[in-house]
Amino acid sequence: MNDQVTKNRIGLFIPCYIDQFYPRVGIATLGLLQKLGLEVDYPVEQTCCGQPLANSGAEKEAIPVYKNFVRNFSKYDYVVSPSGSCVYHVSEHYNILEQTDEVRKVRKNTYELCEFLVDILKVDDFGASFPHKVGLHQSCHGLRGLKLGTPSELITERNSKVHQLLNKVKGIELINLDREDECCGFGGTFSIFEPDVSVKMGKSRIHDHETNGAEIITATDMSCLMHLEGIIRREKKKVKVMHIAEILNSSNL
Amino acid sequence: MMAHAKNAGKFLQDDRRSDWQDKALWAVRQKRDIAAGQVKEWEKLREQASQIKEHTLSNLDGYLLDFEEIALQNGVKVHWATDAEEFNKTVLQIIRAKNAKKVVKSKSMLTEECGLNPFLEKQGIEITDTDLGERIIQFRKEPPSHIVLPAIHLKKEEVGELFHEKLHTEKGNSDPTYLTGAARKHLRKKFLEADVAITGVNFAVAESGTVVVCTNEGNADMGVQAAKVQVHCMGIEKIIPKTEDLSVFIRLLARSATGQSITTYTSHYRKPKPRGEMHVIIVDNGRSSHLGITAHRNSLKCIRCGACMNTCPVFRRSGGHSYGSVIPGPIGSILAPVHRTKEKKDLPFASSLCGSCSNVCPVKIDIHEQLYNWRQELNEKKLLSTTKVVSLRIAGKLLSSNRLYNFSGKTARWALRHMPRKVIYNNLNVWGKGRELPEPPEESFKEWWNKNKK
Repeated sequence: MNDQVTKNRIGLFIPCYIDQFYPRVGIATLGLLQKLGLEVDYPVEQTCCGQPLANSGAEKEAIPVYKNFVRNFSKYDYVVSPSGSCVYHVSEHYNILEQTDEVRKVRKNTYELCEFLVDILKVDDFGASFPHKVGLHQSCHGLRGLKLGTPSELITERNSKVHQLLNKVKGIELINLDREDECCGFGGTFSIFEPDVSVKMGKSRIHDHETNGAEIITATDMSCLMHLEGIIRREKKKVKVMHIAEILNSSNL
Repeated sequence: MMAHAKNAGKFLQDDRRSDWQDKALWAVRQKRDIAAGQVKEWEKLREQASQIKEHTLSNLDGYLLDFEEIALQNGVKVHWATDAEEFNKTVLQIIRAKNAKKVVKSKSMLTEECGLNPFLEKQGIEITDTDLGERIIQFRKEPPSHIVLPAIHLKKEEVGELFHEKLHTEKGNSDPTYLTGAARKHLRKKFLEADVAITGVNFAVAESGTVVVCTNEGNADMGVQAAKVQVHCMGIEKIIPKTEDLSVFIRLLARSATGQSITTYTSHYRKPKPRGEMHVIIVDNGRSSHLGITAHRNSLKCIRCGACMNTCPVFRRSGGHSYGSVIPGPIGSILAPVHRTKEKKDLPFASSLCGSCSNVCPVKIDIHEQLYNWRQELNEKKLLSTTKVVSLRIAGKLLSSNRLYNFSGKTARWALRHMPRKVIYNNLNVWGKGRELPEPPEESFKEWWNKNKK
C-alpha cells in the first residue's frame, strides 16, 4: 500500500442519487477508506456532478452545477467517489469550463473508488470476506470511459482493476457472464426518454446474471444497479444488488 | 415520446422477435470479435485506417480529380452529381441512351439514400435488387433494416411465406437451402435479361481509377459480367489514395461487418469490358457541406461495415426501422441530423452512450462522443421539447444550490414514503412503467454525516 497517500487530503464525493437513495453505499465507501487509514472529509455543500443535465443536452445549464462541484472539491489532493459515471463526467466533460488551476486540479484528481484503490493507494489486502456467488456488471462509463478494464471490443491485453480487487475478497465466487460487458440500459436520462428499450436491456442483463447463478449483482455504479433493482423488485426476482464498496467493505458475514 | 422511442416500443411489443434479433446480431458481433482477435495488429490497423481517411478527407478534391483523370484514361465514363436528383437523372440518362428497360442492382446504400429504385420505377424501368436480403425487402416494399444485413429483422418463416406469394415456392416450406435455391433461379433470369448493371462502391482508388465492390453473393459480378453497361455509384467519401491502402481497409471491412476474414468476392473494376461501357457516378448529395462542419466531419470516415449496429444494445433490441433513416443505428444517429436536424433530432437520444460503438468502429469514429455533442447542439438550436427544457432548467437550479437540493431531496423522499402507490405510479412516471422506484431511506448520506461525523 502506498502510505504516502495517508498524508493527503481526501474529499469524498457522494453523487446525488446515492446521497438521497443509497446512503448505505456512501457509508460503506467512507468505512472502507477509513479502514485503510485515510483521513476523509465530506464537503457538505456538494450536490451533483451535473451529468443528468449534460446528458440531456443541457451542458450550458449545468455550468453552475459544475462550478459548485469545483468550489467544493478543489482544496483536496484526491477526490474519491463510488461512481465511475460521475467521475468520468467530471474528468471528461468539465472541459467546457474555463480551465483555471482549480478546474484542472479537480478534473485530474477525481477518482472512481476502485481506480483510487488500485492506482493510487495500491492496496494489497483489505481484509474483505464475502462468501457469495457474485456477478460483476461492468458499468460502461467506468469500463470504457475510465478504462477500469479492457472492454470486449478492443483487441488488446486484458486487464481489470475491478476484478483485481474482487479477486482479493475471501470466499467470493465470481461468476462468468455470457456477455461480459453489455450495457444494462440505464444510460442516465436514456432510462426516461427510451423506457421500453431501457427496461428490455435491463431484463436481459439480469437474465444473464440469473442463468449463470449469481446471488448478488455488483457494479462500480449504483445507477446501473438502481435500474436493475427497479426491474428485479417489479418482477419479484430473487437476485440482489450491492454496490462494490459494500462488498469490499464487508469483513465478516 | 420521441419517434425512435415510440417505434422501438412498438417493435418491442413482439418480445420474441426482439430477443431473436438481439441474439442474431450478437452472434455477428461475436464472430467479429473472433476474426478481429486473430489479427494481432488490429488496433494499429484501426488507427491507420482512421488516419488514411483523415488525410483523404483533407485532400478530397485532389484525389477525386486524380481518380477522374486516370479513369477517363482507362476508358471509363465519369459523371458527377451534386444531389440525389442529379444522380437519379444521370442513371436514367445512361439507361435511356441504351434503350434499356431492365436493370439489375447489387447492394448500394447510396442508391437507397437517393431513392433510385422508386425514381426508375416511375420511369417504367424494372430495377431488381440482386442481393438476397435486398431482394426480400424489395418484395416487401420496405427499406433495409440494417446496412449489411438488410432483412435481419425477418424470420425464415416470413421469407418462406413471401417467396410462396412472389416466387410460387411450396407453401409452408421455409428451408433456407430451398428458399435460396428458388431465389437463385429467379435472380439468374433477371441477370440474363438485364441491359444495365448498377453497383455501389466500397472503395475507389485514386491512383489507379479502380472501383472496388465487396459482396458475399457474387451478385455484383454476375450483373456486371452479364450486362453490356455497368454503372458504379459512389459517394465522394469512398475515395482512397492508393492501392496499398486497400490492404488496410479490406482487412478491416469484412471482419468488422460479418466476422469473415474477407468477403467472398472483392471485385476490382478498372476498364470497360470489350464492347461494353463502364460508368462511374461520383455523388456529393450533401457530403461536401458535411465535410465543412468541423464537429461532425469525422463521421464521413464511415466505411459502412455495420459493426456499430451489431454491437449497439439499443439497435439490437429496437431494430433498424425504428430509426427511420437509410443508415440506422449509432452511425446513422450522428449522420442523419447533419442535414435533417429538425426531423432527426430524436436519434442522438436513442443511445445509452455505452461507448461500445466507438470501440468497434474500424475507422475509429468517436460515435458516442458525437452523440453527446449532438445533444448539446440540439439544445442550442432550441430543438428540444419545451417540457424537457423547462425541467432541465429547474433541475439546473436545484442541483447548483445545496439548500434547494437538500430540501427537494428530503421532500421527494418523504413523498415517496407516504404517498399512496396509485399517486406515485401514474402515467407521468415513466420510470415506473417497468421498474420500481428505489425505496427511499429515512435520511440521506448528508443527513447521516451531519449527525455522526461533523
